Amino acid sequence: MRRRDFFAALGGGIAVLLVDDASAQQGGRGGRGGQQMPQDVGAWLHIGEDGVVTACTGKVDVGQNSRTSLTAAVAEELRVPVASVRFIMGDTALTPFDGGTAGSGTTPNMWPQIRRAAATAREMLLDLAAQKWSVDRASISIANGKAASGSHTAGFGELTQGQKFVKTIPANVPLTPATEWKVAGTSVPKVAGREIVTGAHKYPSDTKRPGMWYGKILYPPQFGAKLASLDQSAAEAIPGVKVVHEVLASPRAGFGSDVVGVAAPDSATASRALAALRAEWTPTAAQPSSSDVYAYFKQNAESGPASGAGLVTYTVAYLAHVPLEPRAAVAEWNEGKLTVWTGTQSPFGVRRELMAHFQLPEESVHVIMPDTGSGYGGKHQGDAAIEAAILAKAAGRPVQRNWTREEEMTWAYFRPGALIEVAGKANPDGAIAEWEFHNYNAGASALRTPYHVPNAREQFHQTKSPLRQGSYRCLAATANNFARECHMDDLAHSIGMDPLAFRLKNASNDDRLRAVIEAAAERFGWANRKKTPNHGFGIAAGFEKGGHVATCAEVSVINGAVKVLRVVEAFECGAVVNPEHLRNQVDGAISMGLGGALFERVEFASGKISTNRLSRYRVPRFADMPVIESVLVDRKDLPSAGAGECPIIGIAPAVGNAIFDATGQRIRSLPMAPQGIGRAAAGTA
Amino acid sequence: MANIRELDVNGTRRRIDADASRTLLSVLREDLDLTGTKYGCGEGQCAACTVLIDGQPARSCITTVGAVAGKRILTIEGLAPEGKLHPVQEAFLQADAMQCGYCTAGMILGAVALLRSNPNPSDAEIVGGMNGHICRCGTYPRIIRAIHAAAGKGGRA
Repeated sequence: MRRRDFFAALGGGIAVLLVDDASAQQGGRGGRGGQQMPQDVGAWLHIGEDGVVTACTGKVDVGQNSRTSLTAAVAEELRVPVASVRFIMGDTALTPFDGGTAGSGTTPNMWPQIRRAAATAREMLLDLAAQKWSVDRASISIANGKAASGSHTAGFGELTQGQKFVKTIPANVPLTPATEWKVAGTSVPKVAGREIVTGAHKYPSDTKRPGMWYGKILYPPQFGAKLASLDQSAAEAIPGVKVVHEVLASPRAGFGSDVVGVAAPDSATASRALAALRAEWTPTAAQPSSSDVYAYFKQNAESGPASGAGLVTYTVAYLAHVPLEPRAAVAEWNEGKLTVWTGTQSPFGVRRELMAHFQLPEESVHVIMPDTGSGYGGKHQGDAAIEAAILAKAAGRPVQRNWTREEEMTWAYFRPGALIEVAGKANPDGAIAEWEFHNYNAGASALRTPYHVPNAREQFHQTKSPLRQGSYRCLAATANNFARECHMDDLAHSIGMDPLAFRLKNASNDDRLRAVIEAAAERFGWANRKKTPNHGFGIAAGFEKGGHVATCAEVSVINGAVKVLRVVEAFECGAVVNPEHLRNQVDGAISMGLGGALFERVEFASGKISTNRLSRYRVPRFADMPVIESVLVDRKDLPSAGAGECPIIGIAPAVGNAIFDATGQRIRSLPMAPQGIGRAAAGTA
Repeated sequence: MANIRELDVNGTRRRIDADASRTLLSVLREDLDLTGTKYGCGEGQCAACTVLIDGQPARSCITTVGAVAGKRILTIEGLAPEGKLHPVQEAFLQADAMQCGYCTAGMILGAVALLRSNPNPSDAEIVGGMNGHICRCGTYPRIIRAIHAAAGKGGRA
């Protein structure tokens, strides 16, 4: 957004801007992706003459409560009530460029930027007040949205008096230390909570535009199948239906070159039209299935398979994100310009996709991201946005393209499956003598052991995936931590050492890791745990995305049925930004992690997903929840790290180790107990 | 079957003109602009689309509009008609019993129905009564807390 547009939109007052600080604009992955910043700078914070504070960020809120934490950052540094701050997020016309909400990046990267912007504005207000009243700057205090000195007092708007002040953020602007926080660090409630409990909040899939139609897309019956023929006459004969068939110059990954769709005044008519399309498809050759995909990973490894001796195999299934709101978009064309409302973790990335698809310049594409019904790393691509825009262009009116659950669970990308091979050896004194670790396909997150191991050999092997795969909460760290922490347990048992003591000994070089392990074990009562029939206890720890986590679990295994009874998780991510929302994230990560640990898995064969509905893909429910106790280790001396991801990596190995404790069975595949552990164990490599 | 011409929604008679076989969910969202009721799965598995029909919870994604003509339909938009939050809504806010909030409307209506039939449920009764609802963000412990809190504050409505 250009400077003049910013003031035109928001009026006079104070604007604090960030100039050409590439690191601040990049947050998340992908960087600027070749896009140019607007010729002027991005505007980050504005104080209107009415005292209303407007802050802007390209980050988005998909349920991780970043809107609340960023609002608290402004309130903290600017000394204003939380309710007086309005945040514009993820709107490509109003917010600075951002590389995407990913990698737990909002808290470590954006949160300090926003604090700096607010602190800069606060310092400007102090200057203005000192000037206005001819008083010593040090005599002025700012609190509750007002400046005061002696008998003088003024709201922020009175200080700016119709002028437009612009200031860039100096590197040395003083920030409030965590030990003095009054708003940050407290449990500010979700800022949009009332809109949510009343149903008033408009999610992307709730977007409506005047004259809007409803769109549907015909997908192939099998990944990679090619359209052989299409008879659209019956669909076109339905009154009010527009049929679209576009052949793309370059195929969309996973979807092929043909985009076939319909739009109609209501969704029922659109569904009828979709069903009336007569298409024939040319199938593709045999594709790996969910049961033989692990061998496929190894056969296709770019660096060739590992050949170390004594390697033990672990497998991790592909997972579906299952955001409760499936992908959704509304597209509207106006004089060659495109506006899209869509649920995405990367509004600027979606803009780039739309620009490329329609060969449009940046200023002709506007992507708006309303706070969305979750993402978990699953909503980085602009598939729904592109489909909506294609349909809207053809229909000559706005079109809503909301994916069905079946489409979401088939055509979205998945968390990668993994084959992992591990070998290790412990000395009788508990030191790890040898460690070798190979991950095929899933990725390198948390590939490196956090424990002290001389000469560890650790490698990620790029290979082929039969399914479209992408980011997911903590991505490969869950797989790698599962294999590592289960294997650590095996090593502890191989020398008859307590699994807790074994970890503490080998975490000697990482105080933060030791601290969470000790905190979790203490709250859990590890030292005093009482072994009873069919019950087991497990512990696991890990480090990822700037967070340290340790998890203790108690399970019962009765007739093969695994029930997780109690989980204690200690988590440390620097200075705690919002304790209640942090606990909420820990709860949520444990819940989601339990699904992948015990029963979630994408099943597929011949290019078709069979787990394409909630009745066929089990996600955790109320009855699956253990008692959860979270221990927050608040390090006010350390910068705050993100918390949406790391807390997920401890639960699967903690439960696996507890199952081993209860039964003596070591389960080396995730999910561990899709139908109870008897059958799962029998199928383990 | 003839088209349905009228629905009783949130205490108001609303004119519609909808094929009787259409889902109540699509009519609420598309024809009546009541988008607080969410689509989650289309097969009654997640309960994001929960509404109350004559006080009983129903999955509006698998309920035809023909089946509810003449019955009292309550959606999330009708739970705080004068702007004063229902005790269950208030309890969800107090407990921060949400993350993305997409399941929340269905959760709240499910909890309202649960508390009407069982004004002071145990943990196990809440789990049993709410197990059809999915919160993918995993805020289940807070939702249980919110329902207990609402029960203590006359959440039976």
